[in-house]
Amino acid sequence: MAKVILKLGDDISTDIIYPGRFLATVLPAETPQYAFADSPEFNGRLKRKEIPAGSVIVAGKNFGCGSSREQAASTLKGHELAVVARDFARIFLQNSINLGLRTVICPTIEAAEGDELEIAPDRISNLTSGKSFLVEPLPRARQSIIDAGGLIPYTRKRLLEKKAGV
Amino acid sequence: MGLTMVEKILAKAVRRPAVRAGDVVEPAVGMAMSHENAALVINQFLDIYKGTGLEPRVWDPSKIAIIFDHRVPAESAKTATNQRRIRDFVAGQGIRKFHDIRGDRGGICHQILPENGYVLPGKVVVGTDSHTTSHGALGAFAFGVGATEMASVWALGTVLNVEVPKTIQAVVKGRFPRYVLAKDLILHLIGRLTAEGANFKVIEFHGPAVKAMPTSGRLTLCNMSVEAGATSGIVPPDAETVRYLRSEARAKGRFDMFGPDPDADYDRTIEIDVSTLEPMVACPHAVDNVKPVGAVRGVKVQQIVLGSCTNGRLDDLAVAARILKGKTVAKGIRMLVFPASARIYGQALKLGYISDFIKAGAVVMNPGCGPCLGVHQGALGDGEVALATTNRNFKGRMGNPNAEVYLASPAVAAASALKGAIADPRKGGR
Repeated sequence: MAKVILKLGDDISTDIIYPGRFLATVLPAETPQYAFADSPEFNGRLKRKEIPAGSVIVAGKNFGCGSSREQAASTLKGHELAVVARDFARIFLQNSINLGLRTVICPTIEAAEGDELEIAPDRISNLTSGKSFLVEPLPRARQSIIDAGGLIPYTRKRLLEKKAGV
Repeated sequence: MGLTMVEKILAKAVRRPAVRAGDVVEPAVGMAMSHENAALVINQFLDIYKGTGLEPRVWDPSKIAIIFDHRVPAESAKTATNQRRIRDFVAGQGIRKFHDIRGDRGGICHQILPENGYVLPGKVVVGTDSHTTSHGALGAFAFGVGATEMASVWALGTVLNVEVPKTIQAVVKGRFPRYVLAKDLILHLIGRLTAEGANFKVIEFHGPAVKAMPTSGRLTLCNMSVEAGATSGIVPPDAETVRYLRSEARAKGRFDMFGPDPDADYDRTIEIDVSTLEPMVACPHAVDNVKPVGAVRGVKVQQIVLGSCTNGRLDDLAVAARILKGKTVAKGIRMLVFPASARIYGQALKLGYISDFIKAGAVVMNPGCGPCLGVHQGALGDGEVALATTNRNFKGRMGNPNAEVYLASPAVAAASALKGAIADPRKGGR
């Protein structure tokens, strides 16, 4: 079970998730402090560790649109949040999969802040409203990266295979 | 059915006769570009090699370009340290296509790549910047990736698990009216498609209006294709592409000139007649919130930004200089001009545009991205409004969530600078 800690609309840009002025901070260990930095209330709760790992952000369409900045994914991954959206912008989704940030595509999701969700591979049950919603699979091209635990271990494996002449 | 441009390019990059939208491929990379975020790419690249016993060496240093443009010169010790780390890495790996902070060969990555012939038709280009889509203007398949994805490219020379995208065909007809520019066309198209209308797809630009357009305008079109969610924009290479590559980029050798098949399988086709277009403005806080300039005429602004990877090229500066020449930027307006590269700066100096800007009261800055994404110079105050020729107007984009950004062409920017409010260039600044 996971609690919805933030409900957002459509077209949430990477400038909202991780404002540009913090882009000089690059390391995944250092980016979590600036998650949603322009929303001081939510950022404060994250920084004070008031939000448990596994909590869910629910968003509308095109979540993560805009810049390719990987900090937008690493900042959420650092807090071990999950994102359920009606759909995602391409680069953000790819970055999330590469870094192992949990992203779920759910085109009809309805949830409010405070709702409890149960997220299964094929559906999300909103335990608060009693409704359930179908989950769309992540792009199949990406499955082997997910299975490997992210792009770094996947590339490492490919590199070793290449050097071994496989 | 025949193949689209991108299907043909990816087929070539995997040495197969054909690939189709939906196929999963691992294309060879022709050019891999990063800017200051190379600091993160380096970190992830070294991580890949941990525990392998292998020495971290990039697959081919001649196919990697690194350009400092986001914060130049460095605005903080942190950035300066990142830049220093990147310089050390570049030297250690023998990366020669490195453009440091210099007045002779520096500039914005999406101008440095084309003007130096680093992008050629038919190649796969990746960049750790969403506006890497720009390079489709030269007939390449160019798309943005994250830093970890780039680290993987540096190690392997290929992009792993790429799904061949579908393509939207945009057929652009008619002749551009006076003061209606490539920027107005792409804003109009984004308004029609919406911010996610082309998500996971490529926009292929065709038609007489694109054929007649110089490479500078094509770069603007492809640059902003990502604002409709597109993986990339692309223009089939033609005589203009060859002219640009030979005479401006000084590219040598044979070019891979091919277009899509005449019966290519498009996701859909959109037709646009530019002869009926007006100057367009994207209003706060979404790039697809597009209106004709008349709908927002008179909105007071405090800052005008002319430049960026979208509209900082010589043709852009020329249009603005013609409007500003002999006139004065309105009182209370800060007009900042950022040429897209040192080369363009030099050309604009020779042609007198820089002098026109300065005499009009504009401030000419060194080439860079800074104000567009609010990382360096030109931040807005609370309650302020900017009109910029840049590419994004998301809340907080120009460094302040309590400010507003309108996006428009260089002609609208110059006319608005004279007026102190959003103005229609067709009305002589009135």
